[in-house]
Amino acid sequence: MNLLETRNITKRFANHVALNGVSISVPEQSIFGLLGPNGAGKTTLIRIINMITGPDEGEVFLKGEKLEKNHIVNIGYLPEERGLYKKMKVGEQAIYLAQLRGLTYGDAIRKLKYWFEKFELMGWWNRKVEELSKGMQQKIQFIVTVLHEPKLLIFDEPFSGFDPINAGLIKDEIIRLRDNGATIIFSTHNMASVEELCDDIALINKSNKILEGKVREIKNSYKSNSYQIEIAGYNKLLKDTLNHDFEVVDESHDDDILKAKVKLLNNKTTNEMIAVLMKYGNVHSIQEIIPTMNDIFISKVNSDTIHYNSASGLTE
Amino acid sequence: MNKIFIIIKREYLVRVKKKSFIVMTILGPLLMAAMMIVPYYITKLDKEQKIIDVLDETGIYNKLGSNETIKFNYIYTDLETAIANFDENKTSALLYIPKPDIIEPTNAVIYYSDKQPGNTVTSYIEDKMKYVYENRKLMELYGIDKKQIDEAKVRITIKSENIKTGETNLPLATTLLGIFAGFLIYFAIFMYGNQVMRGVIEEKTSRIVEIIVSSVKPFQLLLGKIVGIALVGLTQFLLWIVLTLSIVAVFQLTVGSKELVKAPQTEMIQQSNVLVPQNSDAGSVQDSDNEMIHSLVKSIGNYNFTLILASFFFFFLFGYLLYAALFAAIGSAVDNEADTQQFMLPITIPLILAFVLAQPIIENPQGPIAFWFSIIPLTSPIVMMIRIPFGVPVFELILSMGLLVLGFLACTWLAAKIYRTGILMYGKKISYRELWKWLKY
Repeated sequence: MNLLETRNITKRFANHVALNGVSISVPEQSIFGLLGPNGAGKTTLIRIINMITGPDEGEVFLKGEKLEKNHIVNIGYLPEERGLYKKMKVGEQAIYLAQLRGLTYGDAIRKLKYWFEKFELMGWWNRKVEELSKGMQQKIQFIVTVLHEPKLLIFDEPFSGFDPINAGLIKDEIIRLRDNGATIIFSTHNMASVEELCDDIALINKSNKILEGKVREIKNSYKSNSYQIEIAGYNKLLKDTLNHDFEVVDESHDDDILKAKVKLLNNKTTNEMIAVLMKYGNVHSIQEIIPTMNDIFISKVNSDTIHYNSASGLTE
Repeated sequence: MNKIFIIIKREYLVRVKKKSFIVMTILGPLLMAAMMIVPYYITKLDKEQKIIDVLDETGIYNKLGSNETIKFNYIYTDLETAIANFDENKTSALLYIPKPDIIEPTNAVIYYSDKQPGNTVTSYIEDKMKYVYENRKLMELYGIDKKQIDEAKVRITIKSENIKTGETNLPLATTLLGIFAGFLIYFAIFMYGNQVMRGVIEEKTSRIVEIIVSSVKPFQLLLGKIVGIALVGLTQFLLWIVLTLSIVAVFQLTVGSKELVKAPQTEMIQQSNVLVPQNSDAGSVQDSDNEMIHSLVKSIGNYNFTLILASFFFFFLFGYLLYAALFAAIGSAVDNEADTQQFMLPITIPLILAFVLAQPIIENPQGPIAFWFSIIPLTSPIVMMIRIPFGVPVFELILSMGLLVLGFLACTWLAAKIYRTGILMYGKKISYRELWKWLKY
């Protein structure tokens, strides 16, 4: 069951098309990464899901229902460009933002106390926001985003401005929120955190969605059937000795150890490769080379850009 | 709906709790009360008599009458000794009237003093001398006694009376009332409009706006801010009135003087003499002043204060609302306050124009300038308030109010379109052409 679906969302601004028929499906209780280079249209898509702007064409569905203004209480949104009233006291401000998200005064206080204690912010309750460090302000923004326990949470670059310790803290909270039933859309440039957190992703480039699916499946589909191998006791090069079933991409000697990247061709299996390699020397290790999201991102965006340019501005 | 109230509450409380608001609210009435109380003391202080030595070489100005503030003391020496003895004599000044070489003593009279003489002192002396000299000239040339001319003089004051209600009004009081009300509206629109603009810029530069518009519509945020600040304005005005009145009341109780109420009015009249030219002779200035104060005090009761107050609040509220939306649109289009300059012109021009036109409008409160500018929504809040004390046909008042409400709705509708786009646009220098595009989104 998909918690959120967008169907053929198109948004045009005066001079350019920000989104061109973008459809994404976000499964319930998952962490969904919305990826793409700067200016691809991610923020516009997020703003449309939040009903901050409307699409020119296309529709958004939340739990199968067409998105309407009263759905907004089910969404928590942490924008990329975020801030707080600098002159206002921390506690007052948190209550205000909580009330705008539909909580009563009493509920707001109770829930804020829980989160403030969890994040060790209680001592700052009566201080002005301008006295807080950027990291602390980010924590408060995170708290007011999740406070009303929405079904759908949207985080735009949630880790910017955090030190590694606090980034870890937020990461754990995001995973806990998912485990407790929330669905999370998460936009970032940080590919390491995508691998760590995301169940599914969509990649947007130049207003078009160019890739979508489960992270595991995408990575598998981008596997080139290549292996990193290490053999001891062989002082020639594999390139010259292996037959056409194997393609050696890159190899080098490190003292007695030969390190090589080998690609299997003609449906050869790992076992067959080991059998061949055993003849040459002592096999120390074999490890499948799985592409990182970073590699996939870069290769996909680059090839898309080339395609886009060669199509002289026409979209697929 | 509930969310708008939460926004209004925040906008109101944040501003009312500010130090600057509290200081302004206390200082305002203190200044106003001071304006009413200080003249009372000044008139008291002025009661001290100034003694002026007169060295009259002509011998004809020997009867320059003294009054309660100026006393003439005639001395009979030469100028050098008089100047040398000036410090010893402990007089405030020495008036030297030389023997004229020419017939008319136009420029020869010198007032010696260590301090600059006030305008009242010199004009008093001039009047007195003129009287003596004219008297002498009339006698010598035509054989007429000046007293006879004075007796033949009549003074005619036109009293204006409303043909239907029979109320009598004095043009001066009406003018002052109109200008004062118009100025208050002008001042309030600028002050509170600016607060709206700064509030929008604050939300935009601190980047909180995107957090807020993910839970409320931009229009709700805009409306909440405008209404919240309107309430701040009403609170401030109300506190000013109450505090000013109580300070004056307390002062009156402790000092126990009824003169106090009169004092500022006297002051006002004296200042306003400049506004309304009048030809009066030295002797009659004082009389006509008293007469005017009298009729002014009397005429205050003749205005329809309910109508004036009700219209004031109406034009204050809707004038502010109309401009506040425009101020908010400007705030949303820029990244910092310095950039607002280029967009302020369209707002300031009608406001200043309305005030510049006050003069022709007062001269002809029912003329075409007065009519048109009190109908057009951008200038009507100020111009109509200037006109109302003079009496405005009910039809024109209703037309003006109706158009102002329509103008407010139209402006807010347009401003909201700019606002909606502007608040989410960062780091871009916006031109008028860009704003035009936003209107069409």
